[in-house]
Amino acid sequence: MKSIVAQDLIKTYNKGSIRALDGLSLDVEEGTVLGVLGPNGAGKTTTVRILATLLTPDSGSANVAGIDVIKHPDKVREIIGLSGQYAAVDETLTGWDNLVMFGRLYHLGKAASIKRAEELLERFSLTESARRPIKTYSGGMRRRLDLAASLIVKPKVLFLDEPTTGLDPRGRLEMWGVIEELVKDGVTLLLTTQYLDEADQLADDIAVIDHGKVIARGTSDQLKREVGGERLEVVVEQAHVAQTMAIVAKVSGTKASLDEALRKISAPVTTGAGALIEVLRALDGAGIHPLDVALKRPSLDDVFMALTGHVAEVEEVPTDSKKKRKGGNR
Amino acid sequence: MHALTDALIITKRQLLQLARVPEVLIFSTIQPVMFVLLFRYVFGGSIETGQPGGYVQLLMPGIFVQTTAFTLAATASGLAEDMQKGLIDRFRSLPIARSALVFGRTLGDGLLNILVLAVMGLAGYLVGWRPTSGILKISLAFLFLLAFGYALSWVGIFAGLAARDARVVQNVSFLVTFPMTFLSNAFAPTTGMPKPLQYVAEWNPVSTMVAACRQLFGLENQFGATAGSFPSENPLTMSLIYMVIILVIFVPLSVRKYTNKVTK
Repeated sequence: MKSIVAQDLIKTYNKGSIRALDGLSLDVEEGTVLGVLGPNGAGKTTTVRILATLLTPDSGSANVAGIDVIKHPDKVREIIGLSGQYAAVDETLTGWDNLVMFGRLYHLGKAASIKRAEELLERFSLTESARRPIKTYSGGMRRRLDLAASLIVKPKVLFLDEPTTGLDPRGRLEMWGVIEELVKDGVTLLLTTQYLDEADQLADDIAVIDHGKVIARGTSDQLKREVGGERLEVVVEQAHVAQTMAIVAKVSGTKASLDEALRKISAPVTTGAGALIEVLRALDGAGIHPLDVALKRPSLDDVFMALTGHVAEVEEVPTDSKKKRKGGNR
Repeated sequence: MHALTDALIITKRQLLQLARVPEVLIFSTIQPVMFVLLFRYVFGGSIETGQPGGYVQLLMPGIFVQTTAFTLAATASGLAEDMQKGLIDRFRSLPIARSALVFGRTLGDGLLNILVLAVMGLAGYLVGWRPTSGILKISLAFLFLLAFGYALSWVGIFAGLAARDARVVQNVSFLVTFPMTFLSNAFAPTTGMPKPLQYVAEWNPVSTMVAACRQLFGLENQFGATAGSFPSENPLTMSLIYMVIILVIFVPLSVRKYTNKVTK
């Protein structure tokens, strides 16, 4: 059964001059995770806001758990959780205050709200900071609290809009762990991200969007195959170029290419770190000391390059003005 | 009735904010108390009122009204800040009544006024303010003040929704309310103003409110009534009319703007 279905969503801003969504369609199977991958301005947030009933599309239809989001937004709100790009919690209040308040707003009743708040604080390792104002929290803690707030009534469908944008690597890893736990519980999750590795880590299925449309859909492996997988890059002294090219080609199984100016030899590989070790051994055996060796994983840019022939266009929108223009954030 | 309990939870949130950051309350009462002291001792000596008890009797109603008028800025900036921080999105993704958030906030700001007025009343008493009309009329005056603050808080909701930045809306609201409170009979007689300004001052809702409060506190309606205009003759009625007009215009307008703003 499909938990989320969006069909031909169109949304324009500024009297039609900006097309945020241009016939976007997607669906998510119950209990699975869809990663919506795209650059800033691709339409990720607009999609989430429409599915989470915060925005009405110009045309098109959308269902969440079989309920029409345009006709019955109130019913949809009872079964979804939403966590946005920035922590939408009251910063002057404590973590405990926030969760209890949101519990009350879900009409849980006072005792049940407190119980649920304490469960969630425990689960997200926030019990110790529960009585401190959110202002004193780190970025990662805020996001976790925000996520906790979206889980107060165990939602059937969860929307996470760029859950790790702006977090440091440690915060990101923590957040990934938390999200993986959630997925084990069987929630249907739609997650947007700008990072291929994040979609790779968390999603069963990935939809790549650009200019308000889905331009590719598949598992992470399928997409990577399209992109061409990992590449091994070796930089050596001019004298060793020819020999190195032969070694790299042998490990890769295909012809290696050469960037003459940089003396950089590269080739696609399929065995990841194994290929790296193999090449290093061979180089060492031949007495060649590489100046630089790298195993490059396909990035979002590579995906875009492969799918659209252009680099992901990152709109230069300062983050604070994005927050100000409600709905203007596409 | 969920719509009501939802609104009350939003109200409670604001009161909780005060409990968590008591400085806000302290500073929002220090300013009016400072005004009481400054006007009482700086101008009080040079303004001849012919009033038993002196200038402070006329001054206190003026400062009460001025302070409640500032509710507009408080509501506007509070709401703008919630929007800016994305908190409104969270509230809107909850299964609560659309109107709960705005009603809850106006109520919260209204309740805050009770505290502020109580502190100011006490400060006034300490510097010689003695209303003479009896407990019933005095209570009625405070009720009037709270209602006025509540009505203006709806204008604040509208301003907050229209604004793009919390700091801007705070400044703009002050730029509007500050001259409004001074272009009135609150601190000095309107008779000293140029004639055209006198008319503006007399029709100013701040003046009618101040005059109404002075009446309810047992004072002659002074510092006005030069033009013999309707508002200066009937400040109580006119203040009520103003409040009803503000509410009738701004409640539906703000609720609509709120709903539109967030679904566009």
